[in-house]
Amino acid sequence: MTDKKSHPSLLGATLAIVQKDLAAEFRSRELFSAMLVFSLLVIIIFNFALELDIEVRRTVAAGVLWTTFAFAGTLGLNRSMAVEKDRGCMDGLLLAPVDRSAIFFGKAISNLVFMLVVEAIVLPVYAVLYNEMRIFQPAFLGVVLLGSIGYIGVGTLLSTMSVQTRMREVLLPILLFPITIPVLLAAVKASGGLIAGADLSEVMTPVTLLIFYDVVFTALPYMIFDSVVEE
Amino acid sequence: MQSKPIALTILDVVSIVVLGISTYLALVFAPTEAVMGDVQRVFYFHIGTAWVGLLGFVVAAVAGIVYLVTKDLKWDRFEVAAVEVSTMFFFLTIVLGSIWARPAWNTWWTWDPRLTTAAITELIYIAYFMLRQGIDDPEKRARFGAVYTLLGGLSAPITFMVIRLFRTIHPVVIGSQSAEAQGGFSMSSDMKVAFFFALFAFTIIFVDLMWHRIRLGALQEKVEQLKLKMSN
Repeated sequence: MTDKKSHPSLLGATLAIVQKDLAAEFRSRELFSAMLVFSLLVIIIFNFALELDIEVRRTVAAGVLWTTFAFAGTLGLNRSMAVEKDRGCMDGLLLAPVDRSAIFFGKAISNLVFMLVVEAIVLPVYAVLYNEMRIFQPAFLGVVLLGSIGYIGVGTLLSTMSVQTRMREVLLPILLFPITIPVLLAAVKASGGLIAGADLSEVMTPVTLLIFYDVVFTALPYMIFDSVVEE
Repeated sequence: MQSKPIALTILDVVSIVVLGISTYLALVFAPTEAVMGDVQRVFYFHIGTAWVGLLGFVVAAVAGIVYLVTKDLKWDRFEVAAVEVSTMFFFLTIVLGSIWARPAWNTWWTWDPRLTTAAITELIYIAYFMLRQGIDDPEKRARFGAVYTLLGGLSAPITFMVIRLFRTIHPVVIGSQSAEAQGGFSMSSDMKVAFFFALFAFTIIFVDLMWHRIRLGALQEKVEQLKLKMSN
């Protein structure tokens, strides 16, 4: 074995984990189908709960979408970590001679991919169902991406913690929602403004806060991920 | 078992005395506010409890960092004590604030940045205890607790900044005054005496309660060890 092969680079190890997750998901499609069906159900429930007529719709669209993403995201995060834990894969990953942060980034990136794929289906469906074509402007999609990054960054760290506790799946939303309130609020504020027809320059404050949150809450889990996986 | 330190007993007595003096200053000594009347007197304890609530939050986050670096369980006890005492004080802040808000704003609650951040912070504390409850291994419990206080300590200020984007009606008594604030006032010198004394009094009480809680944590650990020894 060459020296290079026994110690893969951070990027190489990260990509290997992403590849593993995506391959497993591509074969089973468990996680993806659960998240997608769940998201669509939430949107349908909101339709009846909020009486989404044309007046109300404009003002609550961003809130409905982000609530849906947050709920579906928890579902995905839980499942993706529970699989590692249940089948003993986590121990295998920890034994591998790679930097622990590669595990964090690998899991975070694959979680992000799942969330973005679900969003890529839910957004057009929402647009068609409610005739909301402003969703497709690049600024709106950028906000969705920024919001998802922040949410998944903390979510990956906290789901790693919650699967190791007695309450497991139940605990994740309780831990995650109070911490991610800033990212959800800023995302709702920014995307709500864009749906209402505002320019990107008018929603720059929440977007800046989103970027700030993303940077802090990607860097911090990266630094402390070691402490939540050591045995 | 070590007996209660004398310094702690003295601090207990001092705490009760300063609480008494602070109550007197707030309820009798300070002049009645012209517009709001007697209900404004809630303010002194409201600020006092809010101050130590925040102090505890910062102390917990710092103790969390120190724990992650040193891995000494002593800092975990410190952190739990800070979170627990501060949860109680924060709850008191919210209750006292509501009592004031009812006559001043004509509502018990409003989704203002300070109020919302306080409520979310309280929820972070509760989540913290639920997280700890689900872990048996003391070392892992300490690690996860430290990580969570750190996340909470960073997220709470950002929450505050974000909610600030929505409007505020909470008065800022110290520093600049927001134009839309309702129920704001400027303090007379006697009010300032009551105000600063309340801050001082609650800091003493906070230290006293922290000390008790840390001691309790140490005793708890000892009991657990003894139980383990008995069963072996």
